[in-house]
Amino acid sequence: MTDTTETSALPPETSQRRSLGERFPLATLILQRLGLSALLLFAVSVLIFGGVEALPGDFATTYLGQSATPQAVANIRADLGLDRPIVTRYFEWLGGAVQGDFGNSWASGNSVSEQIGRRLGNSLFLAFFAAVVSVPLAVGLGMLAVFYRDRVPDKIINIVSLAAISLPEFFIGYLLILFFAVNMRIATFPATVYDSMGFIDRLQTIALPAATLVFVVLAHMMRMTRAAILSVMSSAYMESAELKGLSAMRAIIKHAAPNAIAPIVNVVALNLAYLVVGVVVVEVVFVYPGMGQYMVDAVTVRDMPVVQACGLIFAAFYIILNMVADIIAIVANPRLRHPR
Amino acid sequence: MTEFTKYLTSAGLSRREFMGRAIAAGLTISAASTLFANTAVAAEPKKGGHLKLGLQGGAATDSLDPAKSLSQITFVTGRNWGDMLVESDPLTGLPVPALAESWSPSADASVWTFKIRKGVQFHDGKELTIDDVIKTLQRHTDEKSESGALGVMKSIKEIKEDGGDLVLTLTEGNADLPLLLTDYHLIIQPGGGIDKPDAAIGTGPYKLVSFEPGVRATFEKNPNDWRSDRGYVDSIEIISMNDATARIAALSSGQVHYINRVDPKTVDLLKRAPTVEILSTSGRGHYVFIMHANTAPFDNNDLRLALKYAMDRETMVEKILGGYGKVGNDFPINETYALFPEGIEQRAYDPDKAAFHFKKSGHDGSVLLRTSDVAFPGAVDAAVLYQESAKKAGINIEVKREPGDGYWSNVWNVQPFSTSYWGGRPTQDQMYSTAYLSTADWNDTRFLRPDFDKILLEARSELDETKRKEMYRTMAMMVRDEGGLILPMFNDFVNASTTAVKGYVHDIGNDMSNGYVATRVWLES
Repeated sequence: MTDTTETSALPPETSQRRSLGERFPLATLILQRLGLSALLLFAVSVLIFGGVEALPGDFATTYLGQSATPQAVANIRADLGLDRPIVTRYFEWLGGAVQGDFGNSWASGNSVSEQIGRRLGNSLFLAFFAAVVSVPLAVGLGMLAVFYRDRVPDKIINIVSLAAISLPEFFIGYLLILFFAVNMRIATFPATVYDSMGFIDRLQTIALPAATLVFVVLAHMMRMTRAAILSVMSSAYMESAELKGLSAMRAIIKHAAPNAIAPIVNVVALNLAYLVVGVVVVEVVFVYPGMGQYMVDAVTVRDMPVVQACGLIFAAFYIILNMVADIIAIVANPRLRHPR
Repeated sequence: MTEFTKYLTSAGLSRREFMGRAIAAGLTISAASTLFANTAVAAEPKKGGHLKLGLQGGAATDSLDPAKSLSQITFVTGRNWGDMLVESDPLTGLPVPALAESWSPSADASVWTFKIRKGVQFHDGKELTIDDVIKTLQRHTDEKSESGALGVMKSIKEIKEDGGDLVLTLTEGNADLPLLLTDYHLIIQPGGGIDKPDAAIGTGPYKLVSFEPGVRATFEKNPNDWRSDRGYVDSIEIISMNDATARIAALSSGQVHYINRVDPKTVDLLKRAPTVEILSTSGRGHYVFIMHANTAPFDNNDLRLALKYAMDRETMVEKILGGYGKVGNDFPINETYALFPEGIEQRAYDPDKAAFHFKKSGHDGSVLLRTSDVAFPGAVDAAVLYQESAKKAGINIEVKREPGDGYWSNVWNVQPFSTSYWGGRPTQDQMYSTAYLSTADWNDTRFLRPDFDKILLEARSELDETKRKEMYRTMAMMVRDEGGLILPMFNDFVNASTTAVKGYVHDIGNDMSNGYVATRVWLES
């Protein structure tokens, strides 16, 4: 992307001293980020392992709960090798994980990868449709609010979206269930999806949880869109663009959008990540078999292989989405490509 | 022995007989359930339909291996696809034949011979053999077993075949052995389930179609079921619903037919829905406040009595259970157990007596009670109520709220005064052996009494019921007046169904019609 004519005009020694980072800023950034991500994931796995170990009780005692007999506990511990030192167990797990083998769930004995594949699919399905509705809606409403700034439509949009964000998500869920499932009986509840379900059925089933999620994430994105566009519109270069005779449309596309897009994309990325990893409560309320519920179940009984795998996937989602947001911001705005 | 022989001779109950008893017990157990039992009996069972249950207690960690069955959902799932050797009568709690046709004990009740039913097919078409039975029991008694039935099975010394019959030799006489075999972990599996413990192949009325742990399980009717008095609906769907409000919403919107664990706090609101029926069944589960009788200051019986009299039981049942329960009398047995010792005076809230014993104990200062909401639903509220009622007797109880995580390993059975619950056991002997025998791992009141242990062991092998009942009375009195157990309430199992569900049997054995709900009900359109 760099301007080659400009580079060749520089004295040769300067050109050689210029690092790869300056010549391919985007590629370097992605590489750096990927390296950091691997390090972060490693740190996350250590933290989760240590955290779960620090919780009172181990798998054998929590899984059997009050009904544990000493012999059954001892048998489970011996079977899973829980009597060995923590460091040994961690590196054994790590050895498997780097080869893509997350092992089997201690509790059910099923393959973790297979289970996660299904649960993650469900989570992504719900998150995708919630995003498909909420992102355009939020950006559109944000622009609408700018257009009618400080007039009635702007105020209505603000009040409604702020009210939606102020209500706890489970409460929104219950309200939707009460009106659409119990009173009017037009929506499907519970929103349990399963393998043999057709696509249209699935869509119908997730209507209520997806609507709840839209309410939850809408306000945040909408208000960021509104604030970003407003701040750009009031800047001096927009005024000069207008003064030099650019049409409003051209001014927005050429000058306003690249500067406003970075904060918007960041907020969208955060909310998308939230839609995948932060929706345990919505999953519980709507009886939706997603990743959140899976991880909570596993933490409850200290089912380490499952907790680790879920934790890593969640961390990876945050890292990747944030990276994508940064890349989009950089691509959109040339000034960010050449950091001083 | 009379009850015993009666059940030996009757190979399976007819439906009519079964339901006739349902009315009788409905009247004695709970006036509220009588009306339902009556209307249910009036109609003949209807076949067909798709039954949907929304149940609390499923998790992604559930396993289909019956040995590892712990949750409410695997409990019901197992009842659908499998059978035990023996079942318990839903109303009397006595053993009735299932895959074992009949049985007989030796004179000292230490050797038992079981006749295994012929012509029963597993879901995969194989015929049930004595070998399958022996291997199943061996799997649950094995040294390396992780089975939840290990505690029940450890008194079995030898499992063998004799002329086509199953012969079990025990380490000591046990008149209750058939009831121990009703344990829901002990599902008979082909080849003992050794090769594939979680295959869910059994002899039950329904075949498992799909199972997603913590999400959903589906079943279809087993056309070759060996019994005709069960399995009325064509197919079953169990949905794991851990949110109490979600369960209520699903039931009142008619998306499921039956839910479990209705919160006593909202049950009155749910009752108003015209299409909903509340199903409350007396059970053996109880909520307890436990003192270590060997640890100061609770090693003083006067202090223990003071704390027992300071408990306002009626208020507990009303406030904590929403009225869905019965008051307890400080021993862990109620009238749902066979050989229940009737006529023991009910202990009531008596601040004067409490103050008297408290003074006599010479204890000074407050008493520390540890609690957490995992101990039982509403345990923290219950502790505060108790604090108030004790204050009126001049006893100062300090309530400490402990984290729910690790409560069972760090507080219960460790700290000298805490709250907890017990789920009840099939027999009095089992209940006492589990938690009141000096050597029991779960003796959570540290009740160390050699004289009590001796009577318990004698009663276990006593086949004369009158003598046995008298022994149980002595034991109950010892625990009630000298033990460390404060038992304010027995909780009912509170479930609910839509009005389309008929034939629900109020089974005293366990929650959800002892897990048999899906195999016993039918749907009326």
